Amino acid sequence: MAAAAEHRLDPVAALKEAGLAGFVALMLAVPLAGLETVSAPGGLTINTRWDWVAIAVGSVFIGRLLLILWRERGRRRGGPTMDLGIAETLRTAMPILAAAGIAFAVLLPFLPFADRRVLDIGILVMTYIMLGWGLNIVVGLAGLLDLGYVAFYAVGAYSYALLAIHFDLSFWLCLPLAGALAAFFGYLLGFPVLRLRGDYLAIVTLGFGEIIRIILINWYDLTRGPDGISGIPRPSFFGLDFARSPPPDGHTFHTFFGLDFSPLHRIIFLYYLILVLALVTNAFTLRIRRLPVGRAWEALREDEIACRSLGINPRNTKLTAFTLGAMFAGFAGSFFATRQGFISPESFTFIESAIIVAIVVLGGMGSQIGVVVATLVLIAGPELIRELQEFRMLAFGGLMVMIMVWRPRGLLAFRDPTVRLHPPPRRRFGLGRGKAAETGAK
Amino acid sequence: MNPRSEPLGGAPLLQVEHLTMRFGGLVAIGDVSFEATDRKITAIIGPNGAGKTTVFNCLTGFYKPTEGRLTLNHPHKGPFLLERMEGFTIPQKADVARTFQNVRLFPAMSVLENLIIAQHNVLMRASGYTLWGLLGLKRFRQAEAGSVDLCRYWLDRVGLLDRADDDAGNLAYGDQRRLEIARAMCIRPVLLCLDEPAAGLNPRESAELNQLLLAIRDEHKIGILLIEHDMSVVMGISDYIVVLDYGRKIAEGVPEAIRNDPTVIKAYLGEAEEDELPPEVAADLARERASQAEG
Ligand SMILES: Nc1ncnc2c1ncn2[C@@H]1O[C@H](COP(=O)(O)OP(=O)(O)O)[C@@H](O)[C@H]1O
Ligand SMILES: [Mg+2]
Repeated sequence: MAAAAEHRLDPVAALKEAGLAGFVALMLAVPLAGLETVSAPGGLTINTRWDWVAIAVGSVFIGRLLLILWRERGRRRGGPTMDLGIAETLRTAMPILAAAGIAFAVLLPFLPFADRRVLDIGILVMTYIMLGWGLNIVVGLAGLLDLGYVAFYAVGAYSYALLAIHFDLSFWLCLPLAGALAAFFGYLLGFPVLRLRGDYLAIVTLGFGEIIRIILINWYDLTRGPDGISGIPRPSFFGLDFARSPPPDGHTFHTFFGLDFSPLHRIIFLYYLILVLALVTNAFTLRIRRLPVGRAWEALREDEIACRSLGINPRNTKLTAFTLGAMFAGFAGSFFATRQGFISPESFTFIESAIIVAIVVLGGMGSQIGVVVATLVLIAGPELIRELQEFRMLAFGGLMVMIMVWRPRGLLAFRDPTVRLHPPPRRRFGLGRGKAAETGAK
Repeated sequence: MNPRSEPLGGAPLLQVEHLTMRFGGLVAIGDVSFEATDRKITAIIGPNGAGKTTVFNCLTGFYKPTEGRLTLNHPHKGPFLLERMEGFTIPQKADVARTFQNVRLFPAMSVLENLIIAQHNVLMRASGYTLWGLLGLKRFRQAEAGSVDLCRYWLDRVGLLDRADDDAGNLAYGDQRRLEIARAMCIRPVLLCLDEPAAGLNPRESAELNQLLLAIRDEHKIGILLIEHDMSVVMGISDYIVVLDYGRKIAEGVPEAIRNDPTVIKAYLGEAEEDELPPEVAADLARERASQAEG
C-alpha cells in the first residue's frame, strides 16, 4: 500500500499522454472522417467535415484522460481483488446461469417479442456461439491460435451445398458428411502446420483461410466461383417441407399438423436446429475436457516441453484438437448453407475468422459461457444498433478496447478443475484469496 | 572398465557410452561414459555450464546426441536405445521421467490435474482413445479412479494433499518443485532424472527433499539420476557420483572418494577462485583449460 501511495497522479504527464493520443486521433481522423467524397455534377469532389474531426479528437482526448484516472484509481485500490470476487461469485452462480440461459434460448420463439427479426438475430447469434464453441477447442483449450477457422466453415457449407444439389442427399445425411469433410481438411492442414507455434501458426492458418476462399472463387466448374451456389435445398422436418402448398400426394409441415401456414415455421425450425447443434457442440466440449485427451490439450497450451517429458505426443494431440474443431465448423457451415439457400465466397472472408477468434478471446479463453456472453456483446449488440450504420464497426472496435482494458484476460476467464479430490464448495478466505489475487494481477 | 561392483548382476539400468554433444563449434559434452544402477542414486555434479543439463536433454530425447550410445535396460521390457527414440516415446515406452532445472508445471491447471496428466497414456488406452470415454463406459471410470488414487498417494508423499484442487501456479516455490517430482513419479518410471531439485530450497526443505529421494529409491526400487550443483547436498544421499567439468568426465566414484579427489577439488576450488579474479584473467584461464580438455 505504501508503494501505491507513491503513484500520485501527475497532471502534466496525464495531459501529455492524452494529448499524444489526441494527436494520433487527429492524424487518423483527418483523412478518415474529415474528407468525404461526394459525387457532384462535374465528377467527384471532396467535402470537408472539420466538425467530425473535432468530435473524434475531442472524444479520444477526454477518453484517454478518463482512462488514466480510472487506471490510477484501480492502482490505489490495490489491483483486481474485486475481479476475483466477481469470478468467485460467477463460479457458484454458473450452473444457475447456464440453466437460465438454455431455458431462455428454448423459450425464445414463444416469447411475445419474438418476431421475424428477433428470430433471425437469434439464429445468427446461435451460429456464432456454435462457431465460438468449436473454435474454443482449438484456441481456448489447445492454445493453437487459428486465424483461418472460417475455411472449415466454408468447406462445410460448400460440401453441404454440392452434395445436396448433385446427389440429392437429405440434410441429415449431408450434415455428418460435411462435418467429416471439414474434419478431413483440418487434418490435412494440421499435419504440416502444427509444428509451428504461436505467431507463425496464426500466420499460416490465416493464409490457409485465404487460400480456401481463393480456390472457391477460381474453381468455377465446381463452385461457380463468385456467382455462388443458389437453390440449396432447405431442410425438412422429418420429410415435411415448409412450403405453402403441399405436393399433390403428400403433406407439408402446416397441413400435417393442421396449422395455418406461416413463414415463421421454417425460421423457428431453423432456430431450434442451430440451437441443438450448438448445444451438442457444447456438451461434447464439456465432456471431452474431462477426458485424457482434453486434459492433454490444456496441458499442451500450458507447457509443451513438460508434456513431452510426460510421454504425450504433441503432434497427434494438437491434430485431434484441430480436426475436431474443424468438424464443428463443418457442421455449422452446412447449417449456414441450408439456412441461406445461397452461398458464395463472400461469406467466408477473413473478417469472419477474426470475429470468431475475438469471441473466444474476449469471452475468456476456454470458457464456454464466456463465448455466449461475448457473442451476445459482439454479434447481437451491433445487430440491434444497425441504425447506426457505419458507426457499427466503430462501436465494435470501441467495445473490444473497453473489454480488453476492463478484463484483459477475457470476460469470464476462470476455469474449474476437470477432476477434484475435495468437494467444490470450499470458499477461500484471508490469505488464500490474497495470494490468488497476487498471481491474478501479473 | 568401471570399477564399481555390480550387486544385482546383469547390465546396469542405464549405460551412457561415449556421449558427445556439439553445438556448432561448442563441445557441450565430450566423450562422456557412465552408468546408473537400479535402486541407487547416481549424482552428476559439476560447476555451472559443465554440461549436466545437456546430458539430461540427450537422455530424454530433447537433443539428438552428436555421438554415443544411450542404453536403458528396462527391468521388464528389455533394452531401449534412447538416442534413436523420438522424444516423447522415451517417457512413454522406456519409462524415463525427468524434472527441469526451471520448474515446468501447468500453472493454470490444478495440482491434481498436473499429476493425472502424467497418467495420460494409461488413461488414453483405458478411454479407448477417447471413444469409450465419451460414452462414459465403466472401464474408463475405473481406470481414472485408479489414476486418481496414484495421484493421491503421491500428493500425500509430497505433503500437498490439501492443496490438490488449487492452481499449481499458486503454490510456493518449494511446493512446486516437489509437485514436479511427484508428477514425474506418476508416470511410474524405472529411471527418474532430477535436474537440480534442491535449487532455491531453504535448508529445511532441502533436508525433506533428501528424505523423499531416499524413500523413492528404497520403496519404489527405481534408479535416480540426480544433477546437483552443490557438492555438500549431494554427498549425503548419493550412492555414486560422476563429476563433469567443461563437458568432460573428470572423476567418478563413491562419495568419500570424490570428496578427496584432487581433480574435483581443483575444479571446484578453481571455480571459487575465479569468482575473485578479474574477468579477463578468468576468461583466459577458462580458455586454457578448455584447450587442455580438448587435447
Ligand atoms: N541448445 C543449446 N545451444 C547451444 N549451446 C548450448 C545449448 N544447450 C546448452 N548449451 C551449452 O552447453 C554448455 C553446457 O550447458 P548445461 O548443460 O546447461 O550446463 P549445466 O551443467 O550448468 O547444466 C553451456 O556452455 C551451454 O551454453
Ligand atoms: Mg543445468
